[in-house]
Amino acid sequence: MKRHLISAADLTRDDALLVLDTAEEMARVADRPIKKLPTLRGRTVVNLFFEDSTRTRISFEAAAKRLSADVINFSAKGSSVSKGESLKDTALTLEAMGADAVVIRHHASGAPHRLATSGWIGGSVVNAGDGTHEHPTQALLDAFTMRRHLAGAPDGGPTFHRGPGDGTGRDLEGRRITIVGDVLHSRVARSNVALLGTLGAHVTLVAPPTLLPIGVESWPCEVSYDLDAVLAKSDAVMMLRVQSERMNAAFFPTEREYARRYGLDGARMAALPEHAIVMHPGPMNRGMEITAEVADSGRCTVVEQVANGVSVRMAVLYLLLGGNEPAVATATPRTEETKQA
Amino acid sequence: MSTTLIRGAKLLGGEPTDVLIDGETVAAVGAGLTAPEGSTVVEAEGLVALPGLVDLHTHLREPGREDSETVLTGTRAAAVGGYTAVHAMANTFPVADTAGVVEQVWRLGRESGYCDVQPVGAVTVGLEGNKLAELGAMAESAAAVRVFSDDGKCVDDAVIMRRALEYVKAFDGVVAQHAQEPRLTEGAQMNEGAVSGELGLRGWPAVAEESIIARDVLLAAHVGSRVHICHLSTAGSVEIVRWAKSKGWNVTAEVTPHHLLLTDELVRTYNPVYKVNPPLRTEADVMALREALADGTIDCVATDHAPHPHEDKDCEWGAAAMGMVGLETALAVVQHTMVDTGLLDWAGVADRMSLRPAAIGRLAGHGRPVAAGEPANLTLVDPAYRGVVNPAGFASRSRNTPYEGLELPGRVTATFLRGKATVMDGKLT
Repeated sequence: MKRHLISAADLTRDDALLVLDTAEEMARVADRPIKKLPTLRGRTVVNLFFEDSTRTRISFEAAAKRLSADVINFSAKGSSVSKGESLKDTALTLEAMGADAVVIRHHASGAPHRLATSGWIGGSVVNAGDGTHEHPTQALLDAFTMRRHLAGAPDGGPTFHRGPGDGTGRDLEGRRITIVGDVLHSRVARSNVALLGTLGAHVTLVAPPTLLPIGVESWPCEVSYDLDAVLAKSDAVMMLRVQSERMNAAFFPTEREYARRYGLDGARMAALPEHAIVMHPGPMNRGMEITAEVADSGRCTVVEQVANGVSVRMAVLYLLLGGNEPAVATATPRTEETKQA
Repeated sequence: MSTTLIRGAKLLGGEPTDVLIDGETVAAVGAGLTAPEGSTVVEAEGLVALPGLVDLHTHLREPGREDSETVLTGTRAAAVGGYTAVHAMANTFPVADTAGVVEQVWRLGRESGYCDVQPVGAVTVGLEGNKLAELGAMAESAAAVRVFSDDGKCVDDAVIMRRALEYVKAFDGVVAQHAQEPRLTEGAQMNEGAVSGELGLRGWPAVAEESIIARDVLLAAHVGSRVHICHLSTAGSVEIVRWAKSKGWNVTAEVTPHHLLLTDELVRTYNPVYKVNPPLRTEADVMALREALADGTIDCVATDHAPHPHEDKDCEWGAAAMGMVGLETALAVVQHTMVDTGLLDWAGVADRMSLRPAAIGRLAGHGRPVAAGEPANLTLVDPAYRGVVNPAGFASRSRNTPYEGLELPGRVTATFLRGKATVMDGKLT
């Protein structure tokens, strides 16, 4: 692992498996009566959120607290410029307070990269979503969730779990993942395409042409405009949230037409293979990209994804801030590379 | 009157020759000239002599943003870069949309003494695109404005653009268009292409530039006026200008040094020093621009020198200002991209960086041949020099260069403005 987690594309296959396997260890902690490890005692994690995101923030907060880190929530809603304080001055303030890690959510693509490379702070930077660029911990928790359901038997055989299992040590080789919706503005989609490719999965993006970026044909994935054509060939379908501000900007004619052409309803879910799961990064627009019938079905992993998010973020914080002792008694020994980080 | 003898300079890169300057004028050009008593002698062996460079597109920021540049600091930077005249863009505070403001800028230039400042007038009041500014008053003012531009903003209303093109015919003016269709570029951060898709930065499509250029060359042809296209940045724009010229229409175009060298791959660093309008494009665009500058489709190099204070670049990409300083590095970048690649000789450089921009701006006394009787506006360049760009040494008040740490060839060793050395031995006098 590097010192920062800025982009899912920065993760090698070994890095990604290390995070996912460590997250499995962390998940076991959640099953204990006392869900807390002493690993990051005395370390300070700052949640620096320039955008509202209660879900992601409390997930990171829970992850840090379960590792016994001190957590400071710094909410700086709105643009740094309009607020009057620059990102640089905010960073210098946090540095002066002794932040060991800064978890940053920012409306500007590249802001975490800038924070990590500018020399403003010495701690680790974790990208918790930047503009329409990346959201690497979301991709990691999605991969973690897929792996538990789809990774097959430990011997690499084609067995699919009917419920969550332990995916330790395995990747997503050959699994077919379909991501549906507003790819153009989605940091979740970008991070997932990068990470899933690294883990050997075949990704298909499905969206109206208006919601795909120019140049998407050079991405390591397939692209389709037709959801029905790919459902039968999908091991997992990830439905992206359609932001309300897209509704009146001519990306599609009406919400109803979008829901008809790209929404996942019961009939479409029935066209999926029996083992396939339905994912959503939340929060869902019920009736828009996903119907209540699908959202509430046993195949929808949205709640599970939230729980997995805490485990994955624990793993990330642990690996970046690394205590000298193992995370849990039986944790994977850390690699030389991790120690350097 | 003082006399200066420049000895052994390669005039436009040709055979070594001497140039004698008497007062404000070139007195003689030829081999073996004798220096009159009391002359300053400049040994110029190995140096290339060019007519003083002319920039059609400079932001001097005064009045209003003196924290980033003033007419004095900007003209000092221009002299260091080998320029003897610059056109000062109108997007100041207040906007240069009245005779009063253009005369103020013109007067500040005269007082600076480092470089002639020819103000550009705004096309529309406040650059707002709605109502024509008093173009005639600016043309008749002491500043004698001939170039009009809302640069920074596009004159996107087709009727306003048509009227402006028609109106400036009365005083042989030209409208310099910043070609950027506003709706297609709302919130745009970088060139729209493979890189913007990956980086999640809102794209600035080539068609937003090309559609305006296509419309405006047709409008210029329709009303029989002349239009100048600012900072061409795409291969498609080149094709449109080439086509318009093939029709015999009165269309001219400029390219910036940075669009001749840098590509949008640099944006992967998210370093706002690469944030500029129009945005850095692709390698294919860069090559098309070089070729077009070589074959004359693009008439001239213009710096779009755009100083910004440090804090406007020391931030996240989305919050950063657009623009790069360029006066002090322009000739080096042109040598690197055009001369050292064999695309253009030094006579070509003189044409694209002095003769043609002066002609487009109808600027008297600049862009003239180096010959007896002509104004002594001259630049001496050492093409053998190699140096690393260090913004700490800039004469400009701002440091926002994309070339920091890059090794570039060539160095202006001397600049003469009407016979007076503004730069000697590479330093401001």
